Amino acid sequence: MPIDVVLKTLFIVLVVVAAFAPVITWVERKQSAVMQDRIGANRADIGGITILGLLHPLADVLKLITKEDFVPEGANRFLHALAPVIAAIPAIIGFAVIPYGATYQFPGYAPFTLVAADIDWGVLYIFAIGSIATYGSVLAGWASNNNWAMLGSLRASAQMISYEVTMGLSIVGVFMVFQTLKLTTMAEAQDTTFRIFGFLETFGMVRHLPGWLSWVKLPFWGVFVQPLGFIMFLSCIMAENKRPPFDTPEGESEIIAGYHMEYSGMRFGLFYMSEFIEVVVIGGLMTAIFLGGWSIPYFSKDAILGALTPVAGSVLATVLCMVAHVATFLLKVVIMIWLQMQIRWTLPRFRYDQVMDLCWKIILPLSLANIFVTGAVILLVQGAGK
Amino acid sequence: MSFAAFLFYAFAALALLSSLGMVLNVKNTVAGAMWLVVTMISLAVLYVLLDAYLVAVLQIMVYAGAILVLFLFVVMLLNLRSDAFAAPRSRATKFVGALVGVGALASFLSLLPGALPRVVEVPASFGSYRDVGLTLYRSYVVAFEVASFLLLAAVVGAVVLAKRRLD
Repeated sequence: MPIDVVLKTLFIVLVVVAAFAPVITWVERKQSAVMQDRIGANRADIGGITILGLLHPLADVLKLITKEDFVPEGANRFLHALAPVIAAIPAIIGFAVIPYGATYQFPGYAPFTLVAADIDWGVLYIFAIGSIATYGSVLAGWASNNNWAMLGSLRASAQMISYEVTMGLSIVGVFMVFQTLKLTTMAEAQDTTFRIFGFLETFGMVRHLPGWLSWVKLPFWGVFVQPLGFIMFLSCIMAENKRPPFDTPEGESEIIAGYHMEYSGMRFGLFYMSEFIEVVVIGGLMTAIFLGGWSIPYFSKDAILGALTPVAGSVLATVLCMVAHVATFLLKVVIMIWLQMQIRWTLPRFRYDQVMDLCWKIILPLSLANIFVTGAVILLVQGAGK
Repeated sequence: MSFAAFLFYAFAALALLSSLGMVLNVKNTVAGAMWLVVTMISLAVLYVLLDAYLVAVLQIMVYAGAILVLFLFVVMLLNLRSDAFAAPRSRATKFVGALVGVGALASFLSLLPGALPRVVEVPASFGSYRDVGLTLYRSYVVAFEVASFLLLAAVVGAVVLAKRRLD
C-alpha cells in the first residue's frame, strides 16, 4: 500500500476520530450549559486540574469501559453485538472521500491531493454508506427484544429512508452547477469568485457594468449559488444523524431511549461516539460541497502560490499554501459543527408527524422546484452566452 | 492469481453462501433479510470488478440501503414469528418444486459453455455516471419514461389502498 494513503488515512483518523469527536462531547455539554444558563462540565479532574472540563471525555470513556456489559434476556446475541458496529463503521469511513486540501506539486515529484480516496462518485459513496448505517439502529431495536426499542428502530428506519430520498434530491442542483459528483473537483471549482451583478451583463440588461458594481464579488461557493440546497441538505443530513431536533427514534419522553435503550457500557458508547463522529463528517461534507472546502475566499490557490513563490521559493510556498488550506478547511468544519450544536440546543424535538411532513411535504417539492429552476437558469445563461 | 481474481472468487463464494443462508432461514425472516443484504453487498463488489461503478453504488444505495430496510420494516411491523407461517406444504408440491428447481439449474448449466463473454477492453469512462446518464437519457429515454409511469401507477395504487383503510 502506498505510504501517502496510509498517511492521509492516519490524518483523518487522528483528526476526526481521535481529536474532534471527543472534544465535541465536551462542546455539547458546554453548549447545553450556556443555553440553560449553567456552568457545565467542570468537575472531572486529575489531582485538582480540570482544564475547563476537558477531562470529561476521558472520564466518559473510563465509565463506559468499566460498566456492566448487559445483554437482555431473549435478545438475539449476535445481532445485538453487531448493531453498534454497523452503526459506527459508516460514520468512521465517511470522511475518506472528503478533501481537506487541494492538489499540490513539489518540483520533481508527482502531484498529490489531500484526500484519502479520490473517487469519481464521492457523493454517491457518502449516500451508499449512509444507507448502510440505517441497519445499525434498525437491528439494535429488533435484537434487543424490547417493545420500546422496537418502536425506536421502526421510527429510525422510516425516518432515515425518507430523508435519504430528499437528501439526494436536494443537492442535485449543486451537481448541475459544478457538473460533477467528485468532491475534490467540486471543492476546486469553488476556489474562485463571481460578480453578484454579473447577470445584468449576461442577460443584456446593461451593456457594461459600472466599475464599482463589477467589483462586488462573492466566492463561488455552493451556499451562495444554491442557498436553498444548503438549507435543505443540512436539514436532511441532520435528520439522518438522528440528533435533536430529529431524535424521535430516541425520544426519551415517549419511548425511553429508543433503539439503544438495551445497550450499556462500550456498546452504547459506540452508538454515542458514532453520532458525534457523524457530526464531524457532516461538517466536512457541508464544507466540501457548500463552503468551498479548503479554499480561502478571494485568494485562490494560484494567486497565493503566485504571490509566495518569488518570495519564499516554490517548495516553501507550496508548504505554506498547504498549511493555510488545511487550516481553512478545519476552521470551516468547526463553524459547521458550531452551527449544528446551535441548532441542536435551540430547537426542541419535533413531533414524529412534523418530521415526516417536513420531509415529504416541504423539502421534496422544494427540492424538485430547485432542480427545475437551476436547470432553467443554466440553460438561460448558456443561451445568453452564445 | 491476481488480486482482482481473488476478490472475484471470494465475493462470488460469499454471494452464493449468503443467498443459501437466506433460503435456509426462511422462517427466521430478519436473519433471512440480513443474509440478503450480504448477498447484495457482495454483488456490488462484483460490479466494481466489472468497472460498473455506478451500478455498484446504486446496488448498495437502492437494494441494500433502501429496499431491504423496507423489508425489515414490514417484517418488524408485522412481528412475524416462525409459528406464524402456514403448515409445510404437501409432498406433491415439494416434488414439483424440486423438479422445477433442478430443471432451471440444468438449463443454466447447459447454457454455460460458450455463454461466457470474452473480455473486451472498455473505454476509461465506461460505467461512470456520466456515460450511464447519457445512454439512459439519449438512447433509452422512452423506456425510462415508461418505467417511471409504472412506478407512478404503483405509488397511486398504494395511496388509494392505504387511504381506503383510513377512511
